[in-house]
Amino acid sequence: MTRSADPRMEQRFKIGDRVRVDGRGSLGHCRTPSYLRGQTGTVVGVHGVFRDPEVLAYNRPGYPARVLYKVRFAQSEVWKRYAGAAVDQIEVDVYENWLLPAPVRTSAKPRAARKGS
Amino acid sequence: MHDHGPHDDHDHDHDHGDPHAPQKDHDAGPASPYEVLEQAIRELLIERGVLTAAEISAQIDVVDSRSAELGAKVIARAWVDPDFKQRLIADTRKALLELGIDIGTIAEFRVVESTPQLHNVVVCTLCSCYPKMLLGIPPAWYKSLAYRARTVREPRAVLAEFGVTVPKDVAVRVHDSTADLRYVVLPARPAGTEGWTEQQLAAIVTRDCMIGTALPKVEAGHA
Repeated sequence: MTRSADPRMEQRFKIGDRVRVDGRGSLGHCRTPSYLRGQTGTVVGVHGVFRDPEVLAYNRPGYPARVLYKVRFAQSEVWKRYAGAAVDQIEVDVYENWLLPAPVRTSAKPRAARKGS
Repeated sequence: MHDHGPHDDHDHDHDHGDPHAPQKDHDAGPASPYEVLEQAIRELLIERGVLTAAEISAQIDVVDSRSAELGAKVIARAWVDPDFKQRLIADTRKALLELGIDIGTIAEFRVVESTPQLHNVVVCTLCSCYPKMLLGIPPAWYKSLAYRARTVREPRAVLAEFGVTVPKDVAVRVHDSTADLRYVVLPARPAGTEGWTEQQLAAIVTRDCMIGTALPKVEAGHA
């Protein structure tokens, strides 16, 4: 069982927090999709604590375990030439060791295609 | 001319330059390296007493017993029982146990609800993570590079190819299930199904409806 409810595990982020996916590269088995590296999104769920797949993949016990978050991104921000609608989203589960705090969005940067219907 | 046996019921005027694709026997040719590897590991596990042949065989039966019909039953229950729906979304594992469905220990499951304002679709860009214990073995296209690459970057185009056109004011939400959770879409219950039994409802919930690449069709329930 990969889920372990370890109460000692500190949870760095909470629902509603803005987070940025670390832009670092990776070698070997990694669950963080490359298209999300460096992208900023919002935590919409906290799934609990899971053993680290990046070491589990190499037959190691998988500790320290990682808090796993559900993070929502705006498609129009993830893809430069996104052809869908401004309301479209993508949600991905990201382990805490790939997330950095991001500043709350200010009004400085107008979002593309905000108007729409 | 030799006896055609089961072929006799169709016109066999054509010679065998005919248009049907070449059919290969399932296990024709030498085993692939993966098949050899699987057999070697399986035999070692048995030899070392880690697993018995009977346990492996039983697990194959468990996997084979799972199909999208099981998932459809769950969706139909959620449609008729709002309390069950809430429990299913809040704690999928626990709610499935109410129906006698054990999803095992490999991954956690989440049911995500589509509404008239939101269309969910599931993909795994990493490989082929899929809620097998509820939907059975995934279709080949789910594991294709094209589906995996395109669903995240142009989901509306992919959905249109499946015959699902999502209006621009309805949000498309892609779930890339690359980690420890498996996602199942709970489609919005279509209008025109008022008063239907659970069995009737389950009949219109296809595998693709629960991946998000199809919508339940009311006509299918009247067949």
